[in-house]
Amino acid sequence: MRRPKNGGVWMILPLYLFTIVFVAGPLLYVLALSFAKANDGYGVTWAFNLENYKRILDPVYQNTFKQSFQLALTSTVLNCLIGYPFGYFMARLPEKKKKHAMIGLMLPFWVNSLIRLYGWIIILQKKGLLNHLLKSLHLIDKPLKILYSYPAVVIGMLYVLFPFMALSVYSSAEKLDWSLVEAARDLGASKTKAFWTVTFRLTLPGLLSGVILTFIPSMGLFFIADILGGNKIVLVGSLIQEQMTRGSNWPFAAALAVVLLILTTLMIMLYRKITNAKQLEGVGWE
Amino acid sequence: MKNKLIELKDLTKNFDDQQVLRGINLDIYENEFLTLLGPSGCGKTTTLRIIAGFDEPSSGQVLFNGIEISKVPPYKREINTVFQKYALFPYLNVADNIAFGLNLKKMDKSVIAQKVSRMLKMVGLEGFEKRDVTLLSGGQQQRVAIARALVNEPKVLLLDEPLGALDAKIRKQMQTELKKIQREVGITFIYVTHDQEEALSMSDAVVVMNNGEIQQIGSPTDIYNEPENRFVADFIGESNIIEGHMIKDFLVEFDGYTFECVDKGFPENEEIEVVLRPEDLDIVEPDKAQITGVVKNVTFKGVHYEIIVETESRTYMVHTTDYAEVGRKVGLSFGPEDIHVMWKMGAY
Repeated sequence: MRRPKNGGVWMILPLYLFTIVFVAGPLLYVLALSFAKANDGYGVTWAFNLENYKRILDPVYQNTFKQSFQLALTSTVLNCLIGYPFGYFMARLPEKKKKHAMIGLMLPFWVNSLIRLYGWIIILQKKGLLNHLLKSLHLIDKPLKILYSYPAVVIGMLYVLFPFMALSVYSSAEKLDWSLVEAARDLGASKTKAFWTVTFRLTLPGLLSGVILTFIPSMGLFFIADILGGNKIVLVGSLIQEQMTRGSNWPFAAALAVVLLILTTLMIMLYRKITNAKQLEGVGWE
Repeated sequence: MKNKLIELKDLTKNFDDQQVLRGINLDIYENEFLTLLGPSGCGKTTTLRIIAGFDEPSSGQVLFNGIEISKVPPYKREINTVFQKYALFPYLNVADNIAFGLNLKKMDKSVIAQKVSRMLKMVGLEGFEKRDVTLLSGGQQQRVAIARALVNEPKVLLLDEPLGALDAKIRKQMQTELKKIQREVGITFIYVTHDQEEALSMSDAVVVMNNGEIQQIGSPTDIYNEPENRFVADFIGESNIIEGHMIKDFLVEFDGYTFECVDKGFPENEEIEVVLRPEDLDIVEPDKAQITGVVKNVTFKGVHYEIIVETESRTYMVHTTDYAEVGRKVGLSFGPEDIHVMWKMGAY
């Protein structure tokens, strides 16, 4: 097909404008901000300096990055372990039950995730639902202290990001040609062997894009750590938010954001290299 | 006499409340090209899937060399399948697709390479080892699928409408080639199709199925010339089917006339049905035949004309190379051997 000579540019111009105004612009502003200097009270002085970046090298902040990365990794791995089977079995359900499962998965999206996380406080707190349940089942004597701890934050992350993983795996399992699995069985593969050589292989793109969809947000989601982690777990996201608001040190917050962005991009590039992920599903990179 | 390889005994299969197979009894012999033929939903694919091991029969037995195998998983059967839509692994190249079964058996790499290239040669795809299967044409994909199944040296190859997705010309070519391959490897092929022409031209034995039951088993010639009932006569080729009476052996009555025939063994005055194949009818002058009528329609079909003749009792279809214009009064002539008498069948 031949490209239209004119017109084409004008058709996509709104898209370019939108991207420049709402994506590239703010990013450049953050980048510029990270080289500026915070005033004592409010506002910034536009004097180019690298102080903000030097400050990040402080072990306290390095530790924050490390902790964020660990948490993101933990929650992503757990998400794979739970989300993959969920998405896979959901795709194998009969049509009607599939619809029900889908509604079940989407329903929470209708309520603000902040509110839903407050719900988890009620479940996890010392005299909460979970402890009550465990106690009445005589599994514990003393109530567990889950709320305001690392596990609580992991649970929160899993809870918020799980649907993305499950749906991503579901969409690739749904498209799977089951006659390929039968072909493998026919050619001498046992059920387990056929799963790993065919089913898993063909649903891998869904899992891989699920990893991206859950890993990136979990590096930055600050409100989960704030609500369920108390003040004990400080993540990069919370640190940026704090510097923006209470600290009112916008340049330092911007520098943190830039470093987070660079690190995340690097990690994803590395990840794509390892998995040779030409086949990422639903993430239009190429 | 050839050896029995597979015996199906009283096979039934229900999906939910629906009975898909209603008691299938069938012997399949070594080195035979057998076709399961029937309209969609007749149970032919289900029968094939039971032989392959993808489905378990609700009741009945599947014997392989005399041993019951209906509970044996597919990967432990000496049977391989060519699937309707090829089912090639999209992430493997041609050679790796074909080697899939051999790799599972942990066979030596050099032996595998040898076997793969021999198979490719047989299906006419020499030098295609490194090709991407998703970029091959339908016919080529089908050849890879056949090679992938045959490389495991099965005793039986199952083919589930393998040519259904191909266009007419490649279809014809593949039919000849499949038959050639079957002779070359000398194993049993069980072929499923709804295309009667395909079944007749390739098979040693044809099993006509309808509604979960076998209607007739026989050689292509038997099935065509001696259909056992109205369904078979109607499904295989085109036919004029006429109700009548068997007066006594070698004498039949229909449309108010009596005719000599070659059939016997029916009770006297039994109600029967007669098949007259369109190509067995001749158009003659009205005074030279018992049945007469008027030409209603003529269609040129390439090799012959299809002439529709309306008589007092019904319309007949005639295939002939002679032309007769519409409106002409003609007679229909046929000999005793052209009349085929069948048992009358209940509603189907």
